[in-house]
Amino acid sequence: MDQFAQLIVLTLAAGTPLVYAALGELVTEKSGVLNLGVEGMMLVGAVASFAVAATTKSPWLGVGAGILAGAAVSMIFAVLALSLMSNQVATGLALSLFGVGLSAFLGLEYVSVVIEGIRPLAVPGLSDLPIVGKLLFAHNPLVYLSLALFAAVHWFLYRTRAGLVVRAVGESPQSAHAIGYPVIAIRYMAVLFGGACSGLAGAYLAVAYTPLWVEGMTAGRGWIALALVVFATWKPWRVLAGAYLFGGVTLAQFQAQALGLEMPSQFLSMLPYVATIVVLAIISRDATTIRLNAPASLGKPFHAGA
Amino acid sequence: MSVPSPRLALRGITKAYPSVVANDDIALDVLPGEIHAVLGENGAGKSTLMKIIYGVVKPDRGTIAWEGSPVVIANPARARRLGIGMVFQHFSLFETLTVAENIALALEADRAGPGLSQRIGDVSAHYGLPLEPDRHVHTMSVGERQRVEIVRCLLQGPRLLIMDEPTSVLTPQAVEKLFETLRTLASEGCSILYISHKLDEIRALCQKATVLRAGRVTGTCDPREETSESLARMMIGGDLPRPRHAAAKAGAERLAVDHLTLPADDPFGTSLHAISLAVRAGEIVGIAGVSGNGQKELMAALSGERPVDDANAIRLDGAPVGTLDAAKRRAMGLAFVPEERLGRGAVPELSLAENALLTAHRQSMVSRGFVRSEAVRTYAEDTIRAFGVKAGGPHAAARSLSGGNLQKYIVGREIRQKPRVMIAAQPTWGVDVGAAAQIRQALIDLREAGVAVLVVSEELDELFEICDRLAVIAQGRLSEAKDIADTNAGEIGQLMAGSFVAAGPHGQRRFSPAGALGLDAEPGTGDREP
Repeated sequence: MDQFAQLIVLTLAAGTPLVYAALGELVTEKSGVLNLGVEGMMLVGAVASFAVAATTKSPWLGVGAGILAGAAVSMIFAVLALSLMSNQVATGLALSLFGVGLSAFLGLEYVSVVIEGIRPLAVPGLSDLPIVGKLLFAHNPLVYLSLALFAAVHWFLYRTRAGLVVRAVGESPQSAHAIGYPVIAIRYMAVLFGGACSGLAGAYLAVAYTPLWVEGMTAGRGWIALALVVFATWKPWRVLAGAYLFGGVTLAQFQAQALGLEMPSQFLSMLPYVATIVVLAIISRDATTIRLNAPASLGKPFHAGA
Repeated sequence: MSVPSPRLALRGITKAYPSVVANDDIALDVLPGEIHAVLGENGAGKSTLMKIIYGVVKPDRGTIAWEGSPVVIANPARARRLGIGMVFQHFSLFETLTVAENIALALEADRAGPGLSQRIGDVSAHYGLPLEPDRHVHTMSVGERQRVEIVRCLLQGPRLLIMDEPTSVLTPQAVEKLFETLRTLASEGCSILYISHKLDEIRALCQKATVLRAGRVTGTCDPREETSESLARMMIGGDLPRPRHAAAKAGAERLAVDHLTLPADDPFGTSLHAISLAVRAGEIVGIAGVSGNGQKELMAALSGERPVDDANAIRLDGAPVGTLDAAKRRAMGLAFVPEERLGRGAVPELSLAENALLTAHRQSMVSRGFVRSEAVRTYAEDTIRAFGVKAGGPHAAARSLSGGNLQKYIVGREIRQKPRVMIAAQPTWGVDVGAAAQIRQALIDLREAGVAVLVVSEELDELFEICDRLAVIAQGRLSEAKDIADTNAGEIGQLMAGSFVAAGPHGQRRFSPAGALGLDAEPGTGDREP
């Protein structure tokens, strides 16, 4: 039973970077902007947080640096895609490539550096309780934070006026402009939020999950986060479920490798990605759901003059 | 008696776009409590002028005075704070959001909180504009969407209300009701700018009219002292074309619908109940009805967009086609002009030539799988010329055309394929008088040429003008088609209210006439006896 609890803990831990990155991208896309730079923003967030954590010996300062770095990189995208109206797909792809290169360069001197990462919670008396203690009180603080972020994003999008405005801008920027909302400014905020979340996802990987810096350490999680948002039909609940599904299968394939299953390890490493996409593709076939939740203006530049 | 100072005064308003001067030195005064018509053909600059007043478009030159003091209306939020509300011609609604959310978005934050649903209910009941606050806009018909727009404006308590073609989707009874609403509003001191091309309405409702032609003011008048002919002359600078209509000489049955029953595929859609209809060669059959009574579903079934299970329910030239898709039906000589110009009738981003290719590709435009671009361009050019479409040429994007011009192009594209059966849904919705007359004439010419024509419209005048027989759709049921000579607007209005439904063989469902008309306060509870 304790093993089971341990499995849950590890699943949540493995899924958390996806929760952060996908929730951020969800908000960005809900405003009608497609930022494909998630992988790059995650990597820059990861290297920035690791560097600051290694220098200051404070992993929490590192997390802050990761968030800022992610937002800063997304700002490049925002200026290009929103103000200069470049093609969002091309700009996003370029941003990812840029992030991969930049993080590798900045991270050169931090490879094989050891830091003190953010450790899982240890509440005296509570965390040691059988099962319940593990399930409720022994996660990494950043895992709790990701759940709080999920609740906040859900509440924001569906319970607040500001969230309604974001959805309206993503649905029809022309209409939103016609009734007086500053479309471009709102989209800037949404892109920055997405960047900050991606940076936080990277920071989690670098200073909490592993904690170390390896070139390209996000290993495609940014791309899977993008797919997650689409296949989750832009619904926060499904994003969360998809992220933990990914975490669970990641774990399962580690177990399988440890057990020495007669299968190429490359194939096993592929499994979490395949499983996540297949499952989400199957549950998101309903055309009405897609129509109701997909931001209709996704990826299209908006110009107020028309 | 002193002359009251105008609520809104425009002087020298000029706005030029790269290819056209949309507004040229416009002057306009609107008094408090005045219902002021702005008349003009599509492209005359009415919409641009309204967008300038509402702060969507910035003028190049000119001044705006609001209640005597000069103002700069930088954006719509500013306009709303001044007390200007606008019902757009092209709806500014968010399709995936609910009615209540759409309305909340247009209100100041402190007025959009709890109690909004209550206020929506109050206003819609008071003005006879029924709405379900929790319904998603994408499931609603054009007419229902307009109600949302109007209620949204009224909730802002405007002192100047701009209405862009508001009656095009209403029954005669509902138009009367809207006019009462507007007169009440005006008597409460609200000024109304009323944009329309329906000259009779303007004469019945408005106290003053400003006429625009090609971006300039060509005259102001008191429409109550003018005739429709004199107004039309000011507007188009010539006489209005009158469609001619010879006696019917109907031939063989071309399109037959036999007990077509189709459950709604959308929780908010309308199910079709045992619809039967026949259209013969050389006649125009019209279907009247308030939007949202099954027109959308019937059109989807007839065009083949939504095939039905029973092949015999729909027959083209006697052949069962119910199960065939749209392409196969088109290959058999069916032409279809859908209600939505952009998105169904034409792909907005594609050029006119490419849009011609979409439905007219059988006109030798494709050879061994390759597009013959010369033939496509020629077809588009010929269509543009034959139907007087004002466009940059065959390579102009469909979205760059005004509504009337695009509609002329779409109708022309279909007609020039020499169909055996033509189905047109709302062929002149939002189209200016000149283009509308041209489209109606084209449909009549088609009938003279022996084509079976079916027209679905919410404009009764139009149906009476062009149809030989007229049926009415209400709550998914179709009345028997009557000869135009044997009926009148009053009777059709009654049928539109559903008078035939309860008496008919499928009248087991209890029915409220007000529900079909969209007049009762809670449409969800429309199933009660009057």
